[in-house]
Amino acid sequence: MTGKVQRATQRNRHLDGSVIECILCILNINSELLISQADRRPMYLQIIEQIRRRIAVGDWPPGHELPSIRALAAAVQVSVITVKRAYLELERDGVIVTRQGKGSFVADSADLSLQLRHDELDEHLAAAAGVARALGMSQKELTDRLDTVFKTGNEKES
Amino acid sequence: MTEPLIEANDLEKAYRFFRLSNVALRLEAGQILGFVGPNGAGKSTTIRILMGMIRQDHGSVRVLGRAMPRDQAAAKRDIGFVSEDMHLHAAATVDWHMRFVASIYPGWDGSYAQTLLRRFNLQPAQRVKALSHGERVKAALLLVLARRPRLLLLDEPTTGLDPVARHEILGELMDVVRDERRGILFSSHNTQDVEQISDQITFIDRGRIIDSSDKEAFLDRWRRLSLEVPAGATVPPLPGAVEMTSTGRIAVVTTKAYSPEVEDACVRAGLTIREVQRMTLEEIFVANVMSQRQERGQ
Repeated sequence: MTGKVQRATQRNRHLDGSVIECILCILNINSELLISQADRRPMYLQIIEQIRRRIAVGDWPPGHELPSIRALAAAVQVSVITVKRAYLELERDGVIVTRQGKGSFVADSADLSLQLRHDELDEHLAAAAGVARALGMSQKELTDRLDTVFKTGNEKES
Repeated sequence: MTEPLIEANDLEKAYRFFRLSNVALRLEAGQILGFVGPNGAGKSTTIRILMGMIRQDHGSVRVLGRAMPRDQAAAKRDIGFVSEDMHLHAAATVDWHMRFVASIYPGWDGSYAQTLLRRFNLQPAQRVKALSHGERVKAALLLVLARRPRLLLLDEPTTGLDPVARHEILGELMDVVRDERRGILFSSHNTQDVEQISDQITFIDRGRIIDSSDKEAFLDRWRRLSLEVPAGATVPPLPGAVEMTSTGRIAVVTTKAYSPEVEDACVRAGLTIREVQRMTLEEIFVANVMSQRQERGQ
């Protein structure tokens, strides 16, 4: 599919951006999500992250309809059960809503992008906790470090 | 709840130098089952029993609701079977084969066949003997896909194919299960293909099913922990541990039943957890086979 996009793009090099954009949007689903096997993270997490990013940057506004599970699975060539799991977790986190028989949509909640940024912060904190654990640090040592970092930040701002 | 596409229990088949024992398989509609095992594990024998081509010594097989091998004629109308040693007529063209299959199966979808010709880049006028291995596999798949059978039984469909051909075939298989009534069982020793498109995974080794579950559960359960063991401390028995190696103060434990509890047990024993790694299906497969062989003292 990437090959096709490249070829189409080359052929239309003399055309303006909007035409190329349109070619890309015909190839829609495939170019929207890219699953990498070189990525050590499980495939369902890659799908979740890419959908969240689409929403966070505003490409997929509230109410936007997501591709059906089977259509997305076929488009990215990843098993149905993996896409289903990604959708279930996004639903549990309130990022998308699924209406029986109608499909899945980006949730309407107004503070969704704020919520996503909070989630992102949690991920960074979890990563920091992982490094601390690997270094054999206690919880107390880690929070002390965080306090220091936080204070330094405040001083710089004031 | 619809009836499963495949339901096999307690299958036994004994040969002089090989024995299939206690094999159970289940495939629900709308799903892809990856059947994984080393060469000679019994994958092809099992698939042939499902097709009614070999009669089991013991055990029950129902495929598309029909008892096998008794009702195989009725079941086969809606099964597409492709195996490595399936022979197309070398002197005949791709087009000849298409017309031949179309004349037997009323469900033949001519326009889908044309689409597949284009997608697989096959020339209808070409004779089978002039096709490459990859083209031959694609031609065989085309001949079953265009019948739109409810069940596909594919014995090593991606073995020996180049990455582009594999990509095309996996894409076509994913397209089949857009329809929730249909399903695919494919055997492989290429764990990467299986990891990518399967919903369910069954491991077979030396004629026995050694593990079977949905793919996400598989990938979640297995973890490799890297532990630092201080002087005087020892690694406690950990839930689901199948393998442990240690060099110096670092111990590496592989578990098939990971939960936060495993980490808690390590911390309680005074160990430092350096890293908790997920495993690829290939790593899981190898660890699984090796640990079960060891258990059986083989």
